[in-house]
Amino acid sequence: MALESEVLQISVWRGDGLSGGFEAYEIPARESQTVLDAVAFIQQNLDPTLSYRFACRVGMCGSCAMMVNGQPRWTCRTHVQKVAKTGRIEIAPLRNLPVVKDLVTDMDPFFEKWIAAEGVFHPTRTREEEIAPIDPRTPERQRADEGIECINCAVCYAACDTVAANPDYLGPAALNRAWTLVNDAKDGARPAILDAVSKNGGCHNCHSQGSCAVFCPNELTPIASIAGLKRETARSWFGKGARNA
Amino acid sequence: MLDLRLYMLQRLSALVMAPLALGHIAVMIYAVQGGISAGEILSRTEGSVGWGLFYGAFVVAVSIHAAIGVRVIAAETLGIRGVSLAALGWLVCLGLLAMGLTAVFSVTA
Repeated sequence: MALESEVLQISVWRGDGLSGGFEAYEIPARESQTVLDAVAFIQQNLDPTLSYRFACRVGMCGSCAMMVNGQPRWTCRTHVQKVAKTGRIEIAPLRNLPVVKDLVTDMDPFFEKWIAAEGVFHPTRTREEEIAPIDPRTPERQRADEGIECINCAVCYAACDTVAANPDYLGPAALNRAWTLVNDAKDGARPAILDAVSKNGGCHNCHSQGSCAVFCPNELTPIASIAGLKRETARSWFGKGARNA
Repeated sequence: MLDLRLYMLQRLSALVMAPLALGHIAVMIYAVQGGISAGEILSRTEGSVGWGLFYGAFVVAVSIHAAIGVRVIAAETLGIRGVSLAALGWLVCLGLLAMGLTAVFSVTA
């Protein structure tokens, strides 16, 4: 597919979280060019002070997510042709995260919420013991498998309006991770995970708008994982009530 | 801002509200067949423990449900947090409870 113009008009956010603005650049349009290619071209040829983050360039590491024309995308796998119908692209740092400089966001709040959601593996065996056999056909394992391809890119976190309105909310990625562990036969802290996602900023704050599932580049459905957590925590709530009675 | 306890309270209060709202609508449709006056309604509700409990339960469920909903909206759109948010929630809950129970008492006592 040929581009409408041979020059791309790229508008890039320059500055930090407190001040800054969009700066315009013109770059040559090329066949099979990605948005990350466009950013790299600007940094390598027009302005070496432009800061951005990337690593693998093949959609595995989750480093290069940015806002492209107002929508969160993994820029290494987003073709310019897909987003620049009029030959113009606006590139900004990921929404809902503090900006360090230009297109680089501070990912600390994002990963701190993974830990707050108990999104860390809780082993039940030591390395000296045999590896636990896992039957891939069990419903629990299949539920876990549906969510484990997350690459931690924070696209869902940037897309989530609940995160924007409620900074305490753990967000779709951390809750999706918690759900995979709740369903992981090898994880030994199911009650602790359910407690962690039941607190003030937990899964119950989700409004089920579904932007996470719409924008996830790996086509995961965090909204379904969050619904699963709501179901399981409600079940555990009734269970606790019965035990306390 | 919405923990498991508030989430369950809101869901359970909805569970109570739904059949009561349907019962209210069904009785209204049945009762107004051929027209009905305020006096006729009062003659049936005054002194009725059943209707008092029916609408009393509805008022309690609405007060809990709406207060939690308003609390979420206030937090997300106005940025209210902490003690102010808790105070607003309780104010809405107790306000609805007082107004609703006064109305129920007035027509069923």
